[in-house]
Amino acid sequence: MQIALFVACYNDTLFPQTGIAVTNVLERLGHTVTFPLQQTCCGQMHYNTGFHREAAPIVRRFVQTFANEEVVCVPSSSCVAMMREHYEMIAEAENDPAFLADVRALLPRIFELSELLVNYLGVEDVGASFPHSVAYHPSCHSVRVLHLGDKPIRLLHAVNGLKLIDIPNKEQCCGFGGTFAVKNPDVSGAMLAEKQANILSTGAEVVTAVDNSCLMHIYGGLHRASSQVRTLHLAEILASQERAQ
Amino acid sequence: MSIRVGKTSKAPDFPIAAVTALENAQLRQNVHHATEVIRNKRALRVRETADWQELRNAAHDIKQHTLKHLDHYLIEFERNCQQAGGTVHWARDADEANAIAIGLIQQYGGEEVIKVKTMTSDEVQMNVALEKAGITPHETDLADMIVQLGEDEPSHIVVPALHKNRFEIRDIFRKKMSLPHLTAEPEALAGAARQYLRERFMRVKIGISGANFAIAETGSVCVVESEGNGRMCVTLPDVLITLVGIEKIIPTFQDLEVFLQLLPRSATGERMNPYNSLWTGVRKGDGPQAFHVILLDNGRTKLMHSEMERETLDCIRCGACLNACPVYRETGGHAYGSIYSGPIGAILSPQLNSLQYSRTLPFASSLCGACYEVCPVKINIPEILIHLRGRVVRDDQKTISGTFSQMNLAMKGAALVFGSRRRYEAAQRLGRMGQKLFEKNGQLEHLPGMAGGWTRFRDLRPLPKQAFRDWWKAREAARPSPESEPRP
Repeated sequence: MQIALFVACYNDTLFPQTGIAVTNVLERLGHTVTFPLQQTCCGQMHYNTGFHREAAPIVRRFVQTFANEEVVCVPSSSCVAMMREHYEMIAEAENDPAFLADVRALLPRIFELSELLVNYLGVEDVGASFPHSVAYHPSCHSVRVLHLGDKPIRLLHAVNGLKLIDIPNKEQCCGFGGTFAVKNPDVSGAMLAEKQANILSTGAEVVTAVDNSCLMHIYGGLHRASSQVRTLHLAEILASQERAQ
Repeated sequence: MSIRVGKTSKAPDFPIAAVTALENAQLRQNVHHATEVIRNKRALRVRETADWQELRNAAHDIKQHTLKHLDHYLIEFERNCQQAGGTVHWARDADEANAIAIGLIQQYGGEEVIKVKTMTSDEVQMNVALEKAGITPHETDLADMIVQLGEDEPSHIVVPALHKNRFEIRDIFRKKMSLPHLTAEPEALAGAARQYLRERFMRVKIGISGANFAIAETGSVCVVESEGNGRMCVTLPDVLITLVGIEKIIPTFQDLEVFLQLLPRSATGERMNPYNSLWTGVRKGDGPQAFHVILLDNGRTKLMHSEMERETLDCIRCGACLNACPVYRETGGHAYGSIYSGPIGAILSPQLNSLQYSRTLPFASSLCGACYEVCPVKINIPEILIHLRGRVVRDDQKTISGTFSQMNLAMKGAALVFGSRRRYEAAQRLGRMGQKLFEKNGQLEHLPGMAGGWTRFRDLRPLPKQAFRDWWKAREAARPSPESEPRP
């Protein structure tokens, strides 16, 4: 199957290894990955910060870029949440029936990575091997907007050698929240401190999630505290072929 | 602390007020503990309620229907309440509500009142107005009494003194009740409060209450509570004045079956409130012999024109969103600068009052969605927060300082960058070059301006040398394409 990758602007720029990992996993499963180079951003940062007029053309650009794709894979649940929660509303506000029709036609073909693998492709064991203890952080949008449930967990359970550990109070926000982290740095920092303590209490070597945004935030706190715990996107664990020593 | 909902809107902005709260370790510990206890109890009760989602949907539908036809239901309530012997007054705003209340108290010759379960009276700052008119208000809900005696402000919608632990409460009681040897044992504190309150229940002849629900069909009013002090307040006085926000109307008595299942489970994690008081007008020889209802607008009708904003008025003040909110958990309620705190406060205060007094409240959320998940009437709080952020941004952009603010310039710039592949790729290259100024030990530890908010608490990995698209392009270039294959 041909799968178009929307890697998300921040993954493209800051976390290229996530896009590479998604490509590797999907190709290993026998699919063809395409990457339309016209893609930039889904518009979430602008929209959620209240810059609604500025978000509309970004959304339009996304829809134009992917309108003809059969399946779109997005390794970022918050971007998918943005699309599912707000794209129709934005198109309606633009008063452009053709745009709205395009949005409605495209939305059902957009999948977050674990949705694509578990639901659409029906795969749980992607042939990965990762002999480490891993704590899974269920990001807010993945839990409360996409309702991913145990899809990422099922993928992680199927990884050879991986030991999955539960984070206490795992569904509490890490405090990132996009521009919230800079508009309310003190509160965001306090939320991060709690999340960090909960992660460290697990003793896991690696913390993973389906969103690099949360992981970037968690990494920032862990690194500032000189912790050795690594942050890795789910895709990177699923791409791993690392064998136990 | 001044109150943002009301006329004196001098409360500091949320990010600044939050710092004060964060520095108070005792407060945070109290808030963490109290919200966790209620949250866990609630979760237990919700899990055992098989039709919880259907109940939420029903409540949402009833509320939306009522608000769409509010004019009709308000008139119906007025008619039925008056038929049963009550008197209905209409108050456009805080001043009118207070003037009506003071007028009534003076008419009945009262110099003091007992009050219960009326956050709406805090919204209109009724106690301040009463005291100015020479009338002494006595809060009789235990937590409200603690707040009043402590010369404090409520910090939670359901548990107003949630930020105080029993040792702090003991100190307040010792001082204000002249009980220097009082201990912090719950029994001792409850005993002291009981004695203090009973004396007032027996003495004071005028009561002021709020309402959880006002039923159009029967003209009845309903208050639910845990202590029985509310029952005292609405039954013992000769005169009862009930202040009701106009959004508290529900059409029929039967609608209570939905709300009385949702409210106690969401608010305190109980299947049913210990005290559910319902009264209709006046009954000779039984309870208050004069009953007045003040129906209060105070900004509520401003929300009626927009479907999204109107949803805010569905709120039944259960406080579940506060207990679920990771932001409230860190700051407690006072940082919100309004009696309505937490996620619901962040959308209610800016809409009831002028948005200009609460510009930072819609941004006081990480949009994690925990509030929406627990809301018993399904108010999509994150969506309304984003909507209000849009209003703040558009207002800002009309001013010079807003146009040239760092945030506006950054967002405008980013929008340009995301608008073209060429600019986007150039920005990636520029970022890689620019960050060299700030890179230290392979990390970004101090960034200037807005981004400094990030690096105060967090490190940042620098941009890698190669963006994903660079890797992709290199891979495509290395792959033999059909055109480059030698033709036969």
